[in-house]
Amino acid sequence: MFAVVQFPGSNDDRDMQFALKSVLGAPASLVWHKAAQLPRGTRAVLLPGGFSYGDYLRCGAMARFSPIMAAVRRFAEAGGFVLGTCNGFQILCEAGLLPGALVRNRDLHFVCDFVHVRVERNDTAFTTRARTGQRLRLPIKHGEGCYFACPELLAQLEAKRQIVLRYVTPEGSVAPAANPNGSVGNIAGIVSEAGNVFGLMPHPEHAVEPALGGTDGSILLGSLLDRVKREAA
Amino acid sequence: MSQSEVVVDLQLAREHGLTEQEYACILEILGRVPTFPELGIFSVMWSEHCSYKSSKKYLRALPTEGEHVLQGPGEGAGAVAIGDGLAVIFKIESHNHPSFIEPKQGAATGVGGILRDIFSMGARPIASLDALRFGPLDDPRHRHLLRGVVDGIGGYGNAVGVATVGGETGFHECYRGNILVNAFNLGVVEADRIWRGKASGVGNPVIYVGSKTGRDGIHGASLLASAEFGEGAEAKRPTVQVGDPFTEKCLIEACLEVMGADVLVGIQDMGAAGLTCSSFEMASRAGTGIEMDLDLVPQRESGMTPYELLLSESQERMLLVAQTGSEAKVKEIFERWELDAAVVGRVTADGLMRIRWHGKTVVEIPVDPVAENAPVLDRPLREPADQRGRQRLELGQVAVEHDPAGALEALLDSPNLGSKAWIYRQYDQLVQGNTVLGPGGDAALVRVKREDGTPTSKALALSVDCNPRWCWLDPYEGAVAAVAESARNVACTGARPLAVTNCLNFGNPEKPETMWQFAEATRGLAAAARALRTPVVSGNVSFYNETAGRPIYPTPTVAAVGLLEPWERFAVSHFPEEGLAILLLGETREELGGSEWLALRRGLEQGPPPRVDLAHEARLHALLAEGVRAGAIVAAHDVSSGGLAVALAACCFTGPRGVRVGCEVTLHQSLRLDALLFGESTGRVVVASREPEALLGLAGERAVPAVRIGTTGGSSLRIAPSRGAPWIDAPLARLESIWSRALPRRLETDEAIGLLPSEVK
Repeated sequence: MFAVVQFPGSNDDRDMQFALKSVLGAPASLVWHKAAQLPRGTRAVLLPGGFSYGDYLRCGAMARFSPIMAAVRRFAEAGGFVLGTCNGFQILCEAGLLPGALVRNRDLHFVCDFVHVRVERNDTAFTTRARTGQRLRLPIKHGEGCYFACPELLAQLEAKRQIVLRYVTPEGSVAPAANPNGSVGNIAGIVSEAGNVFGLMPHPEHAVEPALGGTDGSILLGSLLDRVKREAA
Repeated sequence: MSQSEVVVDLQLAREHGLTEQEYACILEILGRVPTFPELGIFSVMWSEHCSYKSSKKYLRALPTEGEHVLQGPGEGAGAVAIGDGLAVIFKIESHNHPSFIEPKQGAATGVGGILRDIFSMGARPIASLDALRFGPLDDPRHRHLLRGVVDGIGGYGNAVGVATVGGETGFHECYRGNILVNAFNLGVVEADRIWRGKASGVGNPVIYVGSKTGRDGIHGASLLASAEFGEGAEAKRPTVQVGDPFTEKCLIEACLEVMGADVLVGIQDMGAAGLTCSSFEMASRAGTGIEMDLDLVPQRESGMTPYELLLSESQERMLLVAQTGSEAKVKEIFERWELDAAVVGRVTADGLMRIRWHGKTVVEIPVDPVAENAPVLDRPLREPADQRGRQRLELGQVAVEHDPAGALEALLDSPNLGSKAWIYRQYDQLVQGNTVLGPGGDAALVRVKREDGTPTSKALALSVDCNPRWCWLDPYEGAVAAVAESARNVACTGARPLAVTNCLNFGNPEKPETMWQFAEATRGLAAAARALRTPVVSGNVSFYNETAGRPIYPTPTVAAVGLLEPWERFAVSHFPEEGLAILLLGETREELGGSEWLALRRGLEQGPPPRVDLAHEARLHALLAEGVRAGAIVAAHDVSSGGLAVALAACCFTGPRGVRVGCEVTLHQSLRLDALLFGESTGRVVVASREPEALLGLAGERAVPAVRIGTTGGSSLRIAPSRGAPWIDAPLARLESIWSRALPRRLETDEAIGLLPSEVK
């Protein structure tokens, strides 16, 4: 019931499937980007990290034209849950399913590190296992993760409570020092206005096993699993 | 240039890097004057880079077999069984000259090339390491080279989806004219599904897959990798290839898919010397011939000549031999990944490489004489005149360190010992979800999954090491130490070292002094690999690492691979908590020769490097494995460059779990203070234990010297004599700040003048 879309150049597709299937016990299958339809019974779509089409044009700019994206758009418009991590977040922005854009990191370097993010609200389908204000330790690994929104859009995101994750210090404060890429408002993840599409730069799928990056990623993926199960019941 | 216009003669052969003797041999093999493309083929196949003609004699002495070894040197990479039907395939390879000329693309294609060596054997690449050497960072050119190489490794490795989990970076004057970029990769495969580069089955189709062929990289192997740099190395930039990680990623997936489809016979990367080397080697291994039509080769540019098509080193290409009738199936798989797949020829029975172009035969050469009968040289050796002089060190004449705390800070601030986070933060260390321990410790630890994603109870420990200064002072001992250190680092996680691969970087082999260094180093590698039971299963030789007559220090880089099972019980390399007993395993001797301290504080590169006791080393590795398994060791860190004080500081610094724990250590002073604190005696490991008595017992049984030296806790590094004021008592926050700024503060000089935006912390 979880569909993980595989674009040419996706890298974290198998890792997302592994996190969902082997760790969280959720049925998850890989769906080739050329497919015209999502598999029957899809309850949530995951757009994984990686470098779709090499990210040669602009991150996510090619992938949004893949045939599967029309189906993903219809799915999202019908209220289906879509979660995009890293390159998946970039694709969602390019496809217009999420507002704003992800641009080159402030220091122009790719960055791979563990960061702390604060859950700004726990009433989304992706955060119910967290407390509002809870700090999660998650890895990031990207060269173009600097979230940009113009002041008007930023105000709108704030007003409509679309900001779900912000980079914070280990103590939990939204400080410039905690911002790994220069994102406006330390934004690490946002939801769509309707709340069913979630994009984030951190990789929850790489934080689901205690000895490999901790388990804070399970909080996000597990929340989605809970929601999908509840709806199926 | 039309093929028929080019007249081949000795002069042209010489311009191709062939000797008079080699040219005579070509005439004899063919019984006629070679065509222009044929000359090109001989020149690359018999180049130093492809034929190993100077090194073969010495490489034969390396131990390459062992109970776990499935494939030794000779294929794309070595293969070692790790149990439960699984094997690992790994190799390290140099891309030095291309990276010096064009750092980003040179390093990127180095990564791409080593990946193809791994997945062409059927393994999914899961982890990369890199061993890098640059000149001093006060030289803006070397700051540029460092940035470019890191950008290239990250740009390629990140996009292709293979984690870079560790490595080693060093800086020294001797690399000012010739940097080193050695790339390691390891993949996992079902042991009965290892593919080899064999063109067997007469009539089977020869299929070209991957990127189209362009004019890039022509003569990379023969002219770039097999000659030293003079002035004007810049002019060789056109021989550096350009990498395309997206195509490589698709190529990995498509090749692994075709390997699972039961249609393949053999497969090989088109690496150095491209289509030529791969087709000759595949036919030679199978005892067959190949008939090929160059007009069928997918081409990126128009008007390419046979010479160019045969010698192009365009990246991301593979040569397949498939079963007759499976052509459509192979094409279907590659088309799904939007890659070219073209039948370019057939396997033949006559042992000839027959290549046609525009309806004419342009190459007709017997395969075996080219692939197998490459010249083997026995080059003259001579010990460098000042070799003995280098090893002389009168410690009595060397002023004793009077400011140990200052010396520690200076060492932590040096580019060689400072934090390498600036480098590895630019690499994806996590993709594929197997990284238990990433960069920044002794060895990386990578959990093994099967191709279908099922996790196993196994993890692999990986480390790459070499101390070039030691190798310059004593190539034999230096090489022994490189094997010992890489195996020791692997053992520090609790893993058992299984095998090694090496990348032998040396100067010009035509100089007897260089060949002497090479002979000594390989003798050391062989001795250590034999004693530690870690056979050398693959490797690469890189000669001609010198510019304007100045060679690099001999740099035989060694990468060790170890197995840990069950992987859940491993040791970290940082102190994880307070209240742990700290023990020192191994013996500290008065060995300051070749040390960082002596170089940095006294400006001397002198003396005999520390001796390695291989029997002790083997016992130590066994003790580490046992101690970790028994739960008596929770953290272990090898004592290497900078000695005990630097090792203790590194144990205290913030670990991957975000914890920083200080320590109080008391040492009995039996030798001069600088040797005690900063000497680099080998075979030593700092360990943290919850059960020191049990560990001391185990050490006693294994006859490994062990002594409790302190306890973890606090926020300072305190090292004191049994009586009196501490030698070092420094807040960790200060030491770690110095250490972590070592690279950024040197690179920021460019940023300050506006070349780059400021570093984000």
